[in-house]
Amino acid sequence: MINRSNWRKTLEAICIPVGAVLVALIIFGIFCAVVGANPFAVYGSIYKAAFGRWSAWQRTLIQASPLLLSALCTVLPARLGLVIIGNEGALVMGGLGAIIVGLSLGESLSPLLVQIGMAMGGMLFGGVWIAIAGALRHYRAVNETISSLLLNYIAIALLNHLVEGPMRDPSSLNKPSTFPLAEINRLGDIPGTRIHYGLLYGLIACIVAYILIERTTFGFAARTAGGNIRAAQIAGLPVGKLTIIICFLAGSCAGLAGMVEVAAVHGVANESLNVGYGYGGILVAFVARHNPLATALVAVSLGGILASGGILQRSHSLPDATVLVFQGLVFLVVLYGDSLYGRFPFFQEKIDSVKKFPKKSLQ
Amino acid sequence: MNQKNSRLSHLSRRQIIRGVLATTAFGLTAKFGTGCSDQSETDETASEEETEPIVIGFIYVGPKDDFGYNQSHAEGAAAVAELPGVKVVEQANVPETQTVQETMREMIEIDGATMLFPTSFGYFEPHILEIAREFPEVQFFHAGGLYESGMPENVGSYFDYIDEAQYIAGIVAAHTTESGKLGFVAAKPISQVLRNINGFTLGAKSIKPDITTQVVFTGDWAAPVKEAEAVNSMVNQGIDVITCHVDSPKVVIETASKRGVYCSGYHTDQSALAPELYLTGAEWDWRSIYTQYANWVKEGKTLMNGEIPHIVRGGYQEKFWKLSPYGPAVSESAKSEAEAVKAKFADATMIIYTGELKDNQGQVILPDGKSYEQQAIELETTDWLVEGVKGSV
Repeated sequence: MINRSNWRKTLEAICIPVGAVLVALIIFGIFCAVVGANPFAVYGSIYKAAFGRWSAWQRTLIQASPLLLSALCTVLPARLGLVIIGNEGALVMGGLGAIIVGLSLGESLSPLLVQIGMAMGGMLFGGVWIAIAGALRHYRAVNETISSLLLNYIAIALLNHLVEGPMRDPSSLNKPSTFPLAEINRLGDIPGTRIHYGLLYGLIACIVAYILIERTTFGFAARTAGGNIRAAQIAGLPVGKLTIIICFLAGSCAGLAGMVEVAAVHGVANESLNVGYGYGGILVAFVARHNPLATALVAVSLGGILASGGILQRSHSLPDATVLVFQGLVFLVVLYGDSLYGRFPFFQEKIDSVKKFPKKSLQ
Repeated sequence: MNQKNSRLSHLSRRQIIRGVLATTAFGLTAKFGTGCSDQSETDETASEEETEPIVIGFIYVGPKDDFGYNQSHAEGAAAVAELPGVKVVEQANVPETQTVQETMREMIEIDGATMLFPTSFGYFEPHILEIAREFPEVQFFHAGGLYESGMPENVGSYFDYIDEAQYIAGIVAAHTTESGKLGFVAAKPISQVLRNINGFTLGAKSIKPDITTQVVFTGDWAAPVKEAEAVNSMVNQGIDVITCHVDSPKVVIETASKRGVYCSGYHTDQSALAPELYLTGAEWDWRSIYTQYANWVKEGKTLMNGEIPHIVRGGYQEKFWKLSPYGPAVSESAKSEAEAVKAKFADATMIIYTGELKDNQGQVILPDGKSYEQQAIELETTDWLVEGVKGSV
């Protein structure tokens, strides 16, 4: 997205989403006015609740952190031309993997090693889960969108089965859960804040993903295969291997999100793992146009929207679904904005050299 | 030409993706349709009073007009909001994640709440306990959580023996059924739910000893499709009275009514959804306990100084539950029988679980001559289904 030699394209990539968000704000304002709230007061409240003070910022970042990692599960395969929506399933599997490792290691190792083990477990489980969708795609030509969606249901059913059956802590009476992690193995907060380390993991993962996709030969190969799979095969790229590795990496990001939920927030695995972070991540990935760096930005904005949900209900007496209306509007308009790329002559590159060739020879 | 073609297919692919996402986003926004009919009636006038009002925060896991658990608490909150010197703030659709911790924090820091009622069961551990440690001056009251010593002093729990109401609903169902087969759509096989199934079945068996209750567990607190499927298959088996324990009984009641069988409600009054076939319903009545808590705090009593008990439980005697008004299909004999038992609950002479009591595997739960009072700790960990229930945990 960022390309110094091509400033008009960069400007386009900034102006269109920003413009789209402004349009969404205007439509949302009309909605608020219809429901009977003063739109400007509502804008003010959203800003204050999401970004107004340090405490509000923390609230936003807390909301954003699971979305960051879960979005990467869609972002990475998208560069390979695959539409993976199995984020929720990979997150749930990651949570399961983490709790299995965490409980079986117990206090036998130092907390740091146990935490690393849990992260590995989460990434392995989540990674394998999405790699299944990738393998089905490559070897059996099963549509990866459908298979990853169905894998979500299987993962959630598996979680419920294990949590309510073999792995259940009998003392978790009315909310079936696994046995709790040892307190000492829990993931803490970033010092001086109430934000857990998941945010940091997410930011690092976004940067690593960006470098991997945009700055390495591996990423180049993946993008080539995403551009034209035949051409990539003719060029001798191992498309199958690429597909499975990228899918594994994607799934392991979501799996890590599951590990963070288990190790930092809940301390157990239960049905609270499956609360829609995966689906939120899909939206983030598409709005960020599958750019890992933009993903971080979009996740924080969405976190802000979610963080402001409470104030809309409490201060403006708006219905609880208002924040979903706002979120839906923003995404609809931003995705519509996607179709405007290349429509504004101002953003088109004027390359003199093209004119030298007669048009026919290009076709 | 070629290039043009590939561009076209590229575009259509993108359009498909956009379509998929638009549908998702629409799905999200469409939820609004169910959530918008009822606006919060937060009392702004309370701030005009001379003394600082007590700010009480209520947090719900779903919408406030779900015909279910959340609505029952919102009705309790509305009763508290009527009290002088009290201001109620509410937030609905708060998931059982870190989000609820942030919601509690906002209510305390921004709205100045000093009493919080986070009502969903899953809010308790770890969320309420964590925030309670951080704000020792604020009191947290939770529905259903088991307070244990060692937990923060400013946490209390309350709950309701609603299986008493299910027992009476079972009596009414037994009087109404022709086939002798009852149906119970349940979310998860946890103690709370099992206790309701047992109560309902024991009530029915007290009238017709060979009656059976078919149970279907959907596995989820809100699974409308599975709930409808369960009702349909029950009706196909000849079951003619259906009740449930899921977050929102709306789908169960509507489907039963559509199939022309009787139904019995749960959480709140659903008679509007099936005016002809609705028999009665086991409803929570949080108004009295919420008012009680608010009055205690106004009198200066707190959990911390030990003047408010950490665990409050109650049945009909304490006005913790009520029955939906009997529907037109309920016979006079059923009504008088039900009212007689209700009177026994009112003076606490009624005991539901008396020996000899067997579970549906043939194991003896209670030998002859023994009984469980409602307060019995064994009942809090119920993991069995009483004889006459078809289904397994």
